[in-house]
Amino acid sequence: MTRSWLIAVVLFAAAVALPFAVPTYYVQFASKALIMGMLAMALNLAVGHGGLVSLCHAAFFGLAGYVLALLSPGYDPASLLTTLPLAVLASAFAALVIGALALRTRGVYFIMVTLAFGEMLFFLFHDTSIAGGSDGAYVNAKPEIAIAGRQLLDLGSPTVFYFVVLAFLIATVALLTMIVRSPFGHALAAARDNERRARSLGFPIFQIRLIAFVVSGAIAGVAGYFAAAQFGFVAPQMLGWHLSATVLVMVLIGGLRSVTGPLVGALVLIGLEELLKATTDYWKLIEGIIVIVIVLAMPNGVRQLWPLIFGTSEKRETKPATVAAEARHV
Amino acid sequence: MSDVALRAQGLQKHFGGLKAVSDVSIDVHVGEIHAVIGPNGAGKSTLINLLSGELFVNGGAIMLGDTDITRLAPDRRARNGLGRAYQKTTIFPKFTVHENVRLAAQARSPAPLRMFGHVRNNAAVHERTAQAIDRAGLSVRTWITAEQLSHGEQRQLEIAMVLATDPRIILLDEPLAGMGQSEARGIIDLIASLKVGRAVLIVEHDMDAVFELADKLTVMHDGQVIASGLPQDVRMHPAVRTAYLGDHGGGS
Amino acid sequence: MDLVTFGVQLLNAIQYGMVLFLVASGLTLVFGILGVINLAHGAFYMLGAYLAYWIAAYTGSFWIAMVAGVAIAFVVGLLLENVFIRRLYGRDHLAQVLLSFGLILVIDEFREIAFGKDVHSVAPPAWLAGSFQLTDNLSYPVYRLAICGFCLIVAALIFLVITRTKIGMIVRAGAENREMTRVLGIKFDVVNRYVFAVGIALAALGGIVIAPISTVFPGMGDGMLILSFVVVVLGGIGSVAGAAVGALLIGLTDTFGKVFFPSVSSILIYVLMAAVLLWRPNGILGRREV
Repeated sequence: MTRSWLIAVVLFAAAVALPFAVPTYYVQFASKALIMGMLAMALNLAVGHGGLVSLCHAAFFGLAGYVLALLSPGYDPASLLTTLPLAVLASAFAALVIGALALRTRGVYFIMVTLAFGEMLFFLFHDTSIAGGSDGAYVNAKPEIAIAGRQLLDLGSPTVFYFVVLAFLIATVALLTMIVRSPFGHALAAARDNERRARSLGFPIFQIRLIAFVVSGAIAGVAGYFAAAQFGFVAPQMLGWHLSATVLVMVLIGGLRSVTGPLVGALVLIGLEELLKATTDYWKLIEGIIVIVIVLAMPNGVRQLWPLIFGTSEKRETKPATVAAEARHV
Repeated sequence: MSDVALRAQGLQKHFGGLKAVSDVSIDVHVGEIHAVIGPNGAGKSTLINLLSGELFVNGGAIMLGDTDITRLAPDRRARNGLGRAYQKTTIFPKFTVHENVRLAAQARSPAPLRMFGHVRNNAAVHERTAQAIDRAGLSVRTWITAEQLSHGEQRQLEIAMVLATDPRIILLDEPLAGMGQSEARGIIDLIASLKVGRAVLIVEHDMDAVFELADKLTVMHDGQVIASGLPQDVRMHPAVRTAYLGDHGGGS
Repeated sequence: MDLVTFGVQLLNAIQYGMVLFLVASGLTLVFGILGVINLAHGAFYMLGAYLAYWIAAYTGSFWIAMVAGVAIAFVVGLLLENVFIRRLYGRDHLAQVLLSFGLILVIDEFREIAFGKDVHSVAPPAWLAGSFQLTDNLSYPVYRLAICGFCLIVAALIFLVITRTKIGMIVRAGAENREMTRVLGIKFDVVNRYVFAVGIALAALGGIVIAPISTVFPGMGDGMLILSFVVVVLGGIGSVAGAAVGALLIGLTDTFGKVFFPSVSSILIYVLMAAVLLWRPNGILGRREV
């Protein structure tokens, strides 16, 4: 417990110090990585904790971005306080509708149905003239928080943007940690491990999964909103399933059973992509091979390498620490 | 006469052309253990699945107390006071005994799906969890993961989980299956204690245990009830002797 | 819409559905028998089209391209099963999704190295290149009709193999109850390998026959993958007959959707899928349990 708190404090201090230590390009790069980390953590609520392998989270991510693009008034900044809730609401609503249909199915059907509905949203923006069709649309000015005409927060500054994203990321970690530890989170895990048994105990499985799916989609929307704001551009690819699959890779790298693991996975994969892009034209080939190797060689993610690298503290699977804590409680 | 916890009337279930259960009626009273026996393929498992809601009936009605549960999903039936233990042990293997039972207790707490607050911070749930574990005789194994338990202990855990949901009626599907003599003894005593303030319906092959436990006995054959009543009466029933018990009697 | 136009659209719908069936039947077989969800299925469709372009350009014969393309895909399928896919049996769906996603990245990059990212076209065989003149200003390409006929023959062959042969019986048994067939001691590693290779070959064949009437372009596999998934969801996993029903339904919906509701045509098949999910979550010809 103390050790993980120590790590958290050190990481937080490093995250706060970062914009003052590195050039702007890396601050922007860090913002992007954190946004993808938020998306990966959101997805993992469905995949890791709920056992629902979703291939449509990019659609929720992209949809929120499109909402920002559509609500942005020409060349003036949009108001964060109105556009962010609307964007997240749109993603949550999409997750509610898609989830309600997809959760009628199980396992591999669920994967295929989420993939298909995600692509439906992709084609909705790709084939119609909404927001520029296949060409995409610009978000010309980053959103702001302004009260009575006075600008309080200008996301146009990379440093401010970075800190806003960091704040939302920490809020996401807190929210997800709370959910996972709550009675709801345990019911969700029970439904994942043994659906029949959980139902016979009296848990309404469909509703539990739908709630988790919607929360997960809404957080993906938060990430998509900031991604659109950062890139200043939205395109249908943002909703495409290749992004969903890439985020699943991040989740697998980071480990399915923790809240912050996917964040680490996202940082690792984004960093790796950056490195590969800088060194080779065939970075997708290398990335594909790496993905295949990870899946075949490390079914529990790169996380299982950690004890080998950093000592054995990560090894405990039956978490006696928690047990001891619970025993004290008795 | 004690009150009826569960009443099934004229249940029908067919799979395609095959009639698995036809016109089965059964009353289970609070304070009694009602055993359902019959040869393999008689429809006992189908019956228990119909009662717990994993299969829906093609005809007939099921009442849980005053509530018509015929069309309710399994989770709704459970929240209405129906508890079930499975033939094939279906606990959550990676959870500890405590977590398994707590999950069951949580399911019947007023806010089973609260998103705020740690799962540990609920005194009532914790209390009920500890009690159920204690009654099932698993106190010393509270912090062991379920997959590490012996087969018999896993059945005890099943019953502890059912107890923690505080049901009015408990359905037990072959609780003694695959169990040795000494292990079975403990489970039989545990089952005998369950009927206080509750109704118990049990499907079991072990005839000695059935006659030791049962207050009422229903015999099924080919999807139908061929006899029902007090165990000593049913034992004498001619149709039962030929259809079922006769198999055990050998060449008499 | 007059009768001739309607007939032409109907033919288009059937032709589209038939090609979809070729690709989707491969997908549904691989899932039904191997229990593996293969996202790279669309990539082999794309690869088939590129092979058709490349071999046809080299040899000047579409037929050689067809035979060689299918043969190459089959061999690649055998190799992939042996090296990667068989390690996935019994693994969770997430591993299968991600491994096949990794394969897509690799295949895409190979395609880029070998063929570039240009859009190509393929000429149909000379004697199928013409059109039937239906009315003064309406004609129908012979090649499209030939696709219908060809796909019908392939579909008939698939059904014949599945319903009449011993291999088909094993395949059907596997789709119905994978555990059971394992118990029966059928040589599953061999059956698996060939089923996977046949599935890949069917995807490539779909890409090859479509090449002369569509363009050959890098992203073509993705669209086909999604459509195949919708076909399988509509028809029911593992059911070849279901794939046929689903593929024809999509062909009809898409073709007539473009005629009657052009503004929302790309959404219609998903509406169809949503409707089927509400009606029968396991597909029109699917089993109750997955």
